Amino acid sequence: MESWTTFYAVSFYVATLILTMGVGYKIVQYAKTPAPLKIPTTPAPLTTGGVVIRMLLEVILFKSLFRSNKWIWLFAMLFHGALWVVLLRHLRYFIAPEWVIFPIWELVELIQPFGKYGSFIMLFGLLGLLARRLFVERMRYISSASDYLMLILLLVIGVSGVLMSFVTRTDIVQFKAFMLSVMCFQWQNFELPAYQMPTDSMLLVHLAAVILLMIVFPFSKLLHAPGVFFSPGRNQVDNPREKRHVAPWAIKQFETPQA
Amino acid sequence: MAKAKFETPAFRPYPVVPVIKQGVMKDSRSFVSKPGMQESLGYPGELVDNWQEVAINKLGELLTKYRSLRVYLDTCVKCGSCTDKCHYFIGTNDPKNMPVGRQDLLRQVYRRYFTLAGKLFPKLVGAKDLTRDMLDDWYNYFHQCSQCRRCSVYCPYGIDTAEISMAAREILDAVGYGQKYCNEIIEKVFKIGNNLGLPGPAIRNTLEGLEEDIKDETGVDVRLPLDEEGAEILFVPPSADFFVEPHVDGLIGYGKVFHQAGISWTMSSHASEAGNFGMFIGSYENMRRVSMRIREAALDLKVKRIVFGECGHAWRVAYAFLNTLAGPFDFLDQRYPIPQHICEFTYDLIQKGALKLDKSANDHRRITYHDSCNVARATRMGNKPGGQFVIPREVIKACCNHFYEMPYDTIYDETYCCAGGGGLLTDELMEVRVKGALPRMEALKQVTDDHQVTHMATICAICKSQFTKVVPYYGFDMDQIISVHQLVGDAIILEPNDRG
Repeated sequence: MESWTTFYAVSFYVATLILTMGVGYKIVQYAKTPAPLKIPTTPAPLTTGGVVIRMLLEVILFKSLFRSNKWIWLFAMLFHGALWVVLLRHLRYFIAPEWVIFPIWELVELIQPFGKYGSFIMLFGLLGLLARRLFVERMRYISSASDYLMLILLLVIGVSGVLMSFVTRTDIVQFKAFMLSVMCFQWQNFELPAYQMPTDSMLLVHLAAVILLMIVFPFSKLLHAPGVFFSPGRNQVDNPREKRHVAPWAIKQFETPQA
Repeated sequence: MAKAKFETPAFRPYPVVPVIKQGVMKDSRSFVSKPGMQESLGYPGELVDNWQEVAINKLGELLTKYRSLRVYLDTCVKCGSCTDKCHYFIGTNDPKNMPVGRQDLLRQVYRRYFTLAGKLFPKLVGAKDLTRDMLDDWYNYFHQCSQCRRCSVYCPYGIDTAEISMAAREILDAVGYGQKYCNEIIEKVFKIGNNLGLPGPAIRNTLEGLEEDIKDETGVDVRLPLDEEGAEILFVPPSADFFVEPHVDGLIGYGKVFHQAGISWTMSSHASEAGNFGMFIGSYENMRRVSMRIREAALDLKVKRIVFGECGHAWRVAYAFLNTLAGPFDFLDQRYPIPQHICEFTYDLIQKGALKLDKSANDHRRITYHDSCNVARATRMGNKPGGQFVIPREVIKACCNHFYEMPYDTIYDETYCCAGGGGLLTDELMEVRVKGALPRMEALKQVTDDHQVTHMATICAICKSQFTKVVPYYGFDMDQIISVHQLVGDAIILEPNDRG
């Protein structure tokens, strides 16, 4: 077996494990930590349905950010929106047509050109965010090395991806064969050259950066993705007068007679 | 007006974002709490020897008790959305007064001691050790936050600096490094019953004097009852309403409204304070102790309803937390909101046509309205979201012919704090209070220029105290600040009370 193949296969397993366990741990931690007081930022919805709409407006349209700063909103929207399209396009490399029901594969095929060119929009958004961080004084003040590195990591992923699509080309059929073998644990395939990891430098860079991103996800500010759903300021129903809300620790500490 | 040792910021021709000036407010420092006060609140008297260990442990404990703290410390991506939203940053230019700059004081320590990245690569992720300098920065800058929540409106994750500053203050208290202003007041509430330290007889005296004043002025017997068992309503005003201008004219207004409503009501010498500074110091326990007085008073006086006076942070604790902290209130009349705001009460009466109001009585005033921060962003009035904006305005408009709004990005949930809330209303913080008032003063200036506004009405005791003190620095007159219920009181046409 070829050593790049082994290295990337093992890295994928490790990264996937860290990503899912790490994010899973944080989600359980957020869910288990009580919110002892009602603190929605008001005006807030009075019903759970209203909260769902509020959250969707935040998560899909970045409503609060839009009210705050049109430039950050624009770059963030371009980046995140394009990232979704690019990610959906990549499904092509991770599923075999016969695995899925109609019309999923057809949709994945349909989205290919959007994903290909969407990558430029994604890069534009990232460059905009990086420029703000570099050139706006207050942004520079609040930025740590990790804030720049995160953008650079995403730029590396984006640029190497664009280069593979439009300049250097890689043997994507062979990569897909490798990837599906990794996903289906068909390690015996790796004996055959057609199932080994292609060794174009752009692909190696692209995937190494993706694997790194997966690994740092649960330890970094990327936790904003699951975190936003747990923000009490946004996800609480505004009904403290109508419904009494008490945390278990507060009941234990104050309302259970102490022996 | 005391002579200022600092420069009042100039009005900006355009609302440009200020350039940052690092460390300019580093030495703005409120007095540290004295041992006795600390201990009566359940905290060590002075900074403990192993403060670093105690602080880290306390932070660890709070992380397991408050989802807000955990999620808010993790999720910030440093997008910069909040950086120009805090009135203290706009007025002082100190980057540690940017919401994210302030949060980062705690977040850096959180990352160092509670995250893998911060333990392994502190420099890379901006994690810092909890040094004495850091502790002092916590003390100084977390007491330059009025917990007004303006930043949280603009945060894509709803990160609320108020939650962070409450946690930081609780840690400071736990290591014996509390703030004198807040802790002295909470101690007064426990010992005497209200923030101003007015004993029952003094309140009774004041109320009798005010009753006479109303009688002289209107010829009508309007009662301001205290500790009257069996009244329908327990009314809880901020204690400043007993004593301070312009608050006390609001108290007269409440009295006239209750008089016209013909509902029996009483105040309580036990719960003679709506404000709850337990929230400012982030202490669930102290906030609960302060809240329990209201429950006790309601039970003792056998009332059926609770109504709160004009007080901003107090309304937050009352509206959002009272049921949690001191509930359930199953012994009260469930047909009314528990508790109810005086503006809701007055508005209902206006809707029913139960108040006769002569708007022309306020014709010599041209009014604008300042949304108090915690009413706007942490509470509600009425049964629709945003009622906290509509109801006070409807009350004002029912009493005045001349009402004008300040610019729209300075009102409603985008309102700027008065800059005196959250435990900052103390003289040694005058510089940050004056500078932090800049955006509100600019808005007031604009509406004064455009509409010749003469008065800014508001429904918060702290706003009223803060504004009367700081508006002179910006060329306004302290008499321009007015209670909403003073406008009501002046417009109301009183009937002699023949209902007994």
